[in-house]
Amino acid sequence: MENKVAFESDLNLKDTELRLGLPGREEQKSVVSSKNNNKRPLSEASEDCGTKGSNESAPPAKAKIVGWPPIRSYRKNSLQEGDASGIYVKVSMDGAPYLRKIDLKVYDGYPELLKALENMFKLTIGQYNEREGYKGSEFAPTYEDKDGDLMLVGDVPWDMFRTSCKRLRIMKGSEARGLGCGV
Amino acid sequence: MECKRKKEWPESNDSNRATTFPDEVLERVLSLLKSHKDRSSVSLVCKDWYNAERWSRSHVFIGNCYSVSPEILTRRFPNIRSVTLKGKPRFSDFNLVPPNWGADIHSWLMVFEKKYPLLQELRLKRMTVTDESLEFLSLSFPNFKALSLLSCDGFSTDGLAAIATNCKNLTELDIQENGIEDRSGNWLSCFPESFTSLEVLNFANLQSDVNFDALERLVSRCKSFKTLKVNKSITLEQLQRLLVHAPQLVELGTGTFSEELTAQQYSELETAFNNCKNIHTLSGLWEATAQFLPVLYPACTNLTFLNLSYSTLDGDDLAKLLVHCPNLRRLWVLDTVEDKGLEAVGSYCPLLEELRVFPADPFDEGIVHGVTEAGFIAVSSGCPRLHYVLYFCRQMTNAAVATVVQNCPDFTHFRLCIMNPHQPDYQTDEPMDEAFGAVVKTCTKLQRLAVSGLLTDLTFEYTGKYAKNLETLSVAFAGSSDWGMQCVLEGCPKLRKLEIRDSPFGNAALLSGLEKYESMRSLWMSDCNVTMNGARYLAKEMPRLNVEVIKEEGIDNSKADKVYVYRSVAGPRRDAPPFVLTL
Repeated sequence: MENKVAFESDLNLKDTELRLGLPGREEQKSVVSSKNNNKRPLSEASEDCGTKGSNESAPPAKAKIVGWPPIRSYRKNSLQEGDASGIYVKVSMDGAPYLRKIDLKVYDGYPELLKALENMFKLTIGQYNEREGYKGSEFAPTYEDKDGDLMLVGDVPWDMFRTSCKRLRIMKGSEARGLGCGV
Repeated sequence: MECKRKKEWPESNDSNRATTFPDEVLERVLSLLKSHKDRSSVSLVCKDWYNAERWSRSHVFIGNCYSVSPEILTRRFPNIRSVTLKGKPRFSDFNLVPPNWGADIHSWLMVFEKKYPLLQELRLKRMTVTDESLEFLSLSFPNFKALSLLSCDGFSTDGLAAIATNCKNLTELDIQENGIEDRSGNWLSCFPESFTSLEVLNFANLQSDVNFDALERLVSRCKSFKTLKVNKSITLEQLQRLLVHAPQLVELGTGTFSEELTAQQYSELETAFNNCKNIHTLSGLWEATAQFLPVLYPACTNLTFLNLSYSTLDGDDLAKLLVHCPNLRRLWVLDTVEDKGLEAVGSYCPLLEELRVFPADPFDEGIVHGVTEAGFIAVSSGCPRLHYVLYFCRQMTNAAVATVVQNCPDFTHFRLCIMNPHQPDYQTDEPMDEAFGAVVKTCTKLQRLAVSGLLTDLTFEYTGKYAKNLETLSVAFAGSSDWGMQCVLEGCPKLRKLEIRDSPFGNAALLSGLEKYESMRSLWMSDCNVTMNGARYLAKEMPRLNVEVIKEEGIDNSKADKVYVYRSVAGPRRDAPPFVLTL
């Protein structure tokens, strides 16, 4: 008991605690730290285009929390298989005469998917940026989700994208730039 | 201790009588003891009994691979034939532990090669196993019989090929739910034509196609096949052929349960199932549809365990199937069956003891389906023997849980996952404290509890006060202050495993368990309020505990993001990667 009490009064160890930053600067201690820590993307594969900068003041959305709900990966993967082997979605490209189809199951994450799209349509999409989308590129990869809304590829964790993507559309030109920047 | 004979034996402190009792007899009798708890008790009686026990033990279970070293193990138990090892903390299943954390089996195998050359069985859970290790295993132990890998990682199908090629006496190969690199299904073809001893084969969670001819020949020449769980690549038509070769199967995992079949083929499939009189466990059933489930009916009479967690069945289809399964004890389903399906469970499965409901769409926030409190109540009404539940849902009420435990007071395992963190009782908007209060007050046999929803310290006050048999507690996004965790640490005498994530427990809570942790297997705390100083203090005060902090790059240096504390006789880890700091 005594040890505990002694330690608690020592909690003013704040002053001597090792930390980054100049001495004398107040360290922000969040009351419910849990809400601010879940910035990491959902799966290892979606690290690159994942949700690194989640809004700290909003309650954590399920899909942005690592390892929640607590379901083992093998089970997550088998649920995503869909009703046929492979998750085939149509891909349309503005101006192209016919559509293509790809199997989302074969890609581990956004980088591979974007590369495949670049190869398929012989174009450059570039890097995803959370604030600015695919700035610098003439093209923006978008998709229609389960609710029928047009979304920018890359905003949500990879696993969530795979289950909610109904079809892909590569937008071109000014329409694409409008979607990508500052929306 | 159960064994009657023990009571007739002379008191161990009467040394005359002890010396006239030959060691061999004592060992022979002790060798009949299977329970680990009994063996532990026996080994504490006196030195003679300690020695007799250690010489007669053939199976060892190690719940935390870092709690003991292979050297210490082999020194104490010279005659082990079967080893069960568990490695990483359970939250590694949910990606909370970085890759390359440890729990590598290889160092164990190196020691076993010298000390346990007659090793027959190895069962691993959450360990890292490489192909090199699997090959080494297959070549080093000529009597090797059974390999079971659950939730392991680090190997590929090449490793399985080595096992199939080299283990001449293999009876069991059980590869479940692993992070495995599935390069091809060729491993199955590596079993030699002369090989006939296989009894258990489970490759349900592998993706690649296997050579069906090789599988068919394997099944037909291994006459003692009891358990066969194939993967999705096996079709219904192929399944029928397998069943014809092995009607004696006791556990069956089907492949894909949907296909274009002719009437003839359908009929042959029905006949095949009709001939399987011994099946008591059924799983697989990928893409099972109403059209094909009826072929199962004849085999369902003796069914005690039905795993439908890969089938997106609806409530009606489930009901039609369950009518034929009156002896069901364990049922795993997806929440696509909804409350209606659970009502059918309550109606048709009065002997049910275990229910697991998994979410079909865990990450989709737009969904309003799945199961609710109504389904939970329905099952509890019809299944009074229910003692194990794992229930994923999106809404729950305190009143419903209270009703459930009133109907089923014998819960030993109660794992409720309300999928939205911090979600209150959706009818009253209150925290879910009273729900778990009801659980711990009513279910006096409760051993394992997982809580969820909006919870204050009250839940943990209740737990500490009432859950006197609790051994495992899982906490996520719950509690209000250090007090909650303190209640649990001070109140639950049998607590062995405590895992906590994203909850407001800090140093005071951590340190309130100073004296407790040595009687526990382990403590995990991630994304709580523990600081490096708190963890260091714990390490300093309790030198027999390993206090490890997993530190990820670039995050605030004074916080201890992930703390893993466990007792060990092996001292600090010598194989810790750079991101694991041993304090």
